Amino acid sequence: MSDKIANLNDSGSRPRENLFVETLKNLLRNNSARAGLVILGFLLFIFIFAPVIAPYEPNIILIDRPNGIIPRLPPCIEAFGCTDSPQFIMGLDGNGRDIFSRVLYGSRLSLPVGIAAVSISITFGSIIGLIAGFYGSWVDNIIMRIMDVLMAFPSLLLAIAIVTVLGPGLINALIAIAIVAIPTYARLVRASVLSLKEQEFVMAERALGAGDSRIMFGQILPNSMTPIIVQGTLGIGTAVLDAAALSFLGLGAQPPASEWGRMLGDAIDFFRAAPHMALFPGIAIMLTVLGFNLLGDGLRDALDPRLNKS
Amino acid sequence: MTKFLVRRLALSIPVLLGILVVTFTLGRLIPGDPCLAQLGERATDEICDAFDKRYGLDQPIPVQFGYYIANVFRGDLGLSLSFQVPVTDLLAERLPTTIELTFAAIVFATIFGVPLGILSAYKHNTSVDVITMIFSNVGVSMPVFWLGIILIIIFSVWMPDVTLFGTPIEDTPFGFLVLPSGRPPSVRFDDRFYAVYNLVAEPSEVKPWMEFISRFTIFNAAITLNGDLFIEAFRHLILPAVAVGTIPLSIIARMTRSSLLESLNQDYVRTARAKGLRERTVVVGHAVRNAMLPVVTIIGLNFGFLISGAVLTETIFRLTGIGKTLFEAITARDYTVVQGVTLVTAIAFVFINLIVDITYGYLDPRVRLE
Repeated sequence: MSDKIANLNDSGSRPRENLFVETLKNLLRNNSARAGLVILGFLLFIFIFAPVIAPYEPNIILIDRPNGIIPRLPPCIEAFGCTDSPQFIMGLDGNGRDIFSRVLYGSRLSLPVGIAAVSISITFGSIIGLIAGFYGSWVDNIIMRIMDVLMAFPSLLLAIAIVTVLGPGLINALIAIAIVAIPTYARLVRASVLSLKEQEFVMAERALGAGDSRIMFGQILPNSMTPIIVQGTLGIGTAVLDAAALSFLGLGAQPPASEWGRMLGDAIDFFRAAPHMALFPGIAIMLTVLGFNLLGDGLRDALDPRLNKS
Repeated sequence: MTKFLVRRLALSIPVLLGILVVTFTLGRLIPGDPCLAQLGERATDEICDAFDKRYGLDQPIPVQFGYYIANVFRGDLGLSLSFQVPVTDLLAERLPTTIELTFAAIVFATIFGVPLGILSAYKHNTSVDVITMIFSNVGVSMPVFWLGIILIIIFSVWMPDVTLFGTPIEDTPFGFLVLPSGRPPSVRFDDRFYAVYNLVAEPSEVKPWMEFISRFTIFNAAITLNGDLFIEAFRHLILPAVAVGTIPLSIIARMTRSSLLESLNQDYVRTARAKGLRERTVVVGHAVRNAMLPVVTIIGLNFGFLISGAVLTETIFRLTGIGKTLFEAITARDYTVVQGVTLVTAIAFVFINLIVDITYGYLDPRVRLE
């Protein structure tokens, strides 16, 4: 109790810190957010410097070269006592391509796809949720019933059905993943809108003569960003997983793209002879998803005012 | 309760109708002539005319939708081009495997997830808690098909000698998995329960539902008291179930933990402690009981993950369920099968959610009264 009073006095005696800085501090205090940021920082580094780090082009077939290069060659690392040269630290795949380079370049597909899919879902989901929540009555009813129907499908199944119609390909997979996630964001935004639209600052804006769209996009939307940011971060993880799954099924990235899910799909026929082909792309997917999940969890804690007691 | 049931049932009707609209629309959006898509090279002009008539394709769109609904209710989901059989027959043949797999996976996820969550909450902020949460975070982040591959690599490539329940089967060197069919070889020739119990005298008397039920291998083996087959089939289900169940397990563990943490801080727990109840009674009898409500919902909601998991792992484990069927249909561009699988799983999803809601209403009177 005395702590609280001290805090109150404290914040009263000096100018209040910028909300952004405050949130950031909260975020950095959070263990899972820190772990997530470290992982994502590492991935961003790989994303940017893939061409510099990668020893080979991702799609170059090395079989034509000498030095005993054979397809599906297991990893060879000097530190573990393998002295062969050239060194392939993650081995080669069935086409004699360097898996290490392919995994590195894979980040250049999976990360943008995940982020783009979530951005699309958030954009459309927010607009739909805003309209439904703001206008209420039959508009709300119709929109939300449609969202209910979309949510009635297991999301990956619906994504599969959509891609079969659109035709396989990474862009179509991205669109399908985005469509499938729209209802989640629409519901979130609608819920915030319902609680915000009766608030005084919205009334005040209306009294000043602002139109619907100004109130929706200028006042309500910015104030309902918190849950969207949290859900969006977690959603990127899911989107990366779904994109990998679609590519694994042959509906996403097409050969020779070095997409992680696709690489796993190529590996399934050889996992007895060449387990290394399946190991590394899977670790890459897992790290990426883990990074976004941890950051999302951390954001939720940092942005939730109820938890800022400490 | 009855009022609640009726209202909840009524609410699912528009959703079911919506699902039909979506699958119908997806079917109509498929590029190309549906007749050519389904019948392939067999499609001549006359055959296509007959086909169009049967599925109402020569009619306006709303009428076509009527035909579609009528056909779905009749159990006619179209013909599969790649399998050369009606989609309904295909699903009836392969659905039991997937149902057994998802059921085994949810049982696995629940019996490990709930205790882990309880342990984690009870030992809040200890190393047990931290380790459990790290594992569950990793578990949620793994692609389910990758986990399947890794399990096979570990147990059949690196440790082929590890077996559960006896020696490996002769035609596989591996521990407890992966036959070409993904099923014990005996299954196809084994006695069906209706034959064992003389329910039918002639093969012609076999009803489709009997055939359907007898394809639940484990169930069939159990009621025909065929111990060998039961163990055999069960053994083949362990790894796939672990793979499919891991994500739900992680989610259930996390949910149980946070829910229990909340209820451990409630006044009634303090009261229970204050009146001198044993710690065990306080935690299990008071806190856990109340914390289980949201967990029930989560277990139900995980059905979506299970279905997606089954779709992605059946191929890896060579289990001939609807997941593997879907995989093959996608490869063959067999839209009818994709559409049929989507429809059936969505309908199943709605019913599972219905059951979860009803359970929830049964467990928590507040939900009923809302």
